[in-house]
Amino acid sequence: MVDVQFRFRDDDAVNDPAVTVSAFTEQSNATAVRVEPGDDARELLPSLDRLALVEVAFPNWTDGRGYSSARILREAGYTGELRATGDLVIDMLHHMRRCGFDAFAPEKPLNPDDAKVAFERWENVYQATAVDGRQPIWAKRHPA
Amino acid sequence: MYKYDDYDQQMVDTRVEEFRDQVRRRLAGELTEDQFKPLRLQNGLYLQLHAYMLRVAIPYGTLNSTQMAALGDIADKYDRGYGHFTTRTNIQYNWIKLDDTPDALADLAKVEMHAIQTSGNCIRNISSDQYAGAAADEVADPRPYAELLRQWSSFHPEFLVLPRKFKIAVIASEIDRAAMRLHDIGIRLVRSDAGELGAEFHVGGGMGRTPFIAKKLRDFVPIDQMITFAEACVRVYNRYGRRDNKYKARIKILVHELGLEAYAREVDAEFAHLLTQPIEPPLAELKRIQGFFTDPPFAQETGGEVDPDDRDDPDFRLWLDRNTYPHKQPGYAIANVSLKPIGGIPGDATSDQIRLMADLAREYSFDELRVTHAQNIVFPHVKKRDLYALWQRLDAADLSTPNLDTVGDIIACPGLDYCALANARSIPVAQKISERFGSAEKQAEIGELKLKISGCINACGHHHAGHIGILGVDKKGKENYQLLLGGSEGADTSLGQITGPGFDEDGVVDATEKAIEVYLANKQGEERFLDTYRRIGMAPFKEAIYG
Ligand code: SF4
Repeated sequence: MVDVQFRFRDDDAVNDPAVTVSAFTEQSNATAVRVEPGDDARELLPSLDRLALVEVAFPNWTDGRGYSSARILREAGYTGELRATGDLVIDMLHHMRRCGFDAFAPEKPLNPDDAKVAFERWENVYQATAVDGRQPIWAKRHPA
Repeated sequence: MYKYDDYDQQMVDTRVEEFRDQVRRRLAGELTEDQFKPLRLQNGLYLQLHAYMLRVAIPYGTLNSTQMAALGDIADKYDRGYGHFTTRTNIQYNWIKLDDTPDALADLAKVEMHAIQTSGNCIRNISSDQYAGAAADEVADPRPYAELLRQWSSFHPEFLVLPRKFKIAVIASEIDRAAMRLHDIGIRLVRSDAGELGAEFHVGGGMGRTPFIAKKLRDFVPIDQMITFAEACVRVYNRYGRRDNKYKARIKILVHELGLEAYAREVDAEFAHLLTQPIEPPLAELKRIQGFFTDPPFAQETGGEVDPDDRDDPDFRLWLDRNTYPHKQPGYAIANVSLKPIGGIPGDATSDQIRLMADLAREYSFDELRVTHAQNIVFPHVKKRDLYALWQRLDAADLSTPNLDTVGDIIACPGLDYCALANARSIPVAQKISERFGSAEKQAEIGELKLKISGCINACGHHHAGHIGILGVDKKGKENYQLLLGGSEGADTSLGQITGPGFDEDGVVDATEKAIEVYLANKQGEERFLDTYRRIGMAPFKEAIYG
């Protein structure tokens, strides 16, 4: 398993081995699952409360399906660790955070200074994703 | 016109810094070219045959004089003194140096411009009707809705690496001047019987190697759910669009393979879910944006007309009749500047011409200009009585070609002169055709004829949608051209049909001439080329061309 390089959670790291989505839905008492780009994250929705870790795999960062998987899980109320693994790039870290990822296990470790800058780069955002708790610009323009 | 507030400004400034950092990492060797490529593409920077090309966004084709002038200055400072307006209503600079790009972007940011998402597999610059806010036939000005979509799609965290590029157009009239049905999503604003404004969604249009006309997905999405509905459409695409083959990755293929119904079912389910999420900006935000798009202070005193003495100038009269369009406000007209001089490069303008158009917009058009997908420039609000003065200034700068929508008003992609993907050159073909039919008499006789040229199957020159389309192909290592007839992009969108075997460069110009002769010989009444073609069919054209 690849090491987690950045984590934005206070609870203890989850180290349970992640099973595939089909293995998870067919059996099991596993508490960690791995979502590949072609998997349907919605299959996990009935059992979110059993899960402590969802790993979303990025074999190639330019395959963006994992972003939708992440948001779908968070929108459905998943609160466990949501970990991006694989081919992660500095410049997407911030957007991944916005989709609900709170742990990052890049295949090749990233330059920590560049990553820190990237995580903090965007002070404001245009969209409400409902999963990162950030106020979009339109909400700031029109305070309730 | 929309004006940035501090938030908008901060977003583009932040992007400049981010890009500067990416370039630094690339030049320092921290990023390989392979890693850098998708990043620079999200910022409009392509590597072409001879140099980098920077594509600058002109959101919904609208810009003010200051912005236009800045585009001219950038052409001088970082390029070779000219720019190329594109079919996506952007501007491209073809000779940019990598280490200059952060500074060029910083210059753009100073005038509220950017290159964000002008390329890459993300939601691209939103396009709209070039006559928005000036045409009499719109149910609302579409630009505030386009601006709302611009903000929503800028750095959308979920949709930055879609299967393929994604283009959205918004129009608000029956007449489609923006090729809306040839976009991944086409939105037409409509009014319900009860007078409520809503969005009619079309999905899955596009050109490229497998052209499709968009299918209507929804008759009426309430306007305060438009963003949420768009989000549902794009999420379904992001999840299910093909990623195994870049030529099958556009949403048109997904809609085609799944079928419209199945795609619509997925969207409906996603939409129902997303409505429970706080995605939609409040109507107050739309109102705020609309505040920037109120009518300029039109003069009310007269219903002024063009001075009859001015009309006596035959060159002016030609231009007046060909290049102006009725305005909603009495006494005003919409004036088009053709960037298609006879024998010129379609869409190109020198820095001096760009700055002149900026000045003229300030003097004659309430500081506003538009870029059209036909690669021309529009002064949207000109007093009819000023048209002659405007025309004289344009004429002195070689900007008065009276050929709007005629055979000389050719759309052409950059082709093999610049583009690394090209099979054949587009520009010389455009130049030869433009010269062959260059005379004003000839153009008047032929009338409206939309001719479009692409240098390869990617169809950036929209050849499928030309009344006459020309496609450059590679035939055993030689440049070869196919001829298509009968395409259209308006309310009557259709895709052109290939006439038969291809031609060399001069051969395709001759074949075009023969096709036009068939039209002139068969034309009835006021028929345009397209009408005659639709009535008599391909056979007589084929016979004349190959017989
Ligand atoms: S149509 Fe082909 S040749 Fe022309 S610009 Fe597009 S990719 Fe390049």
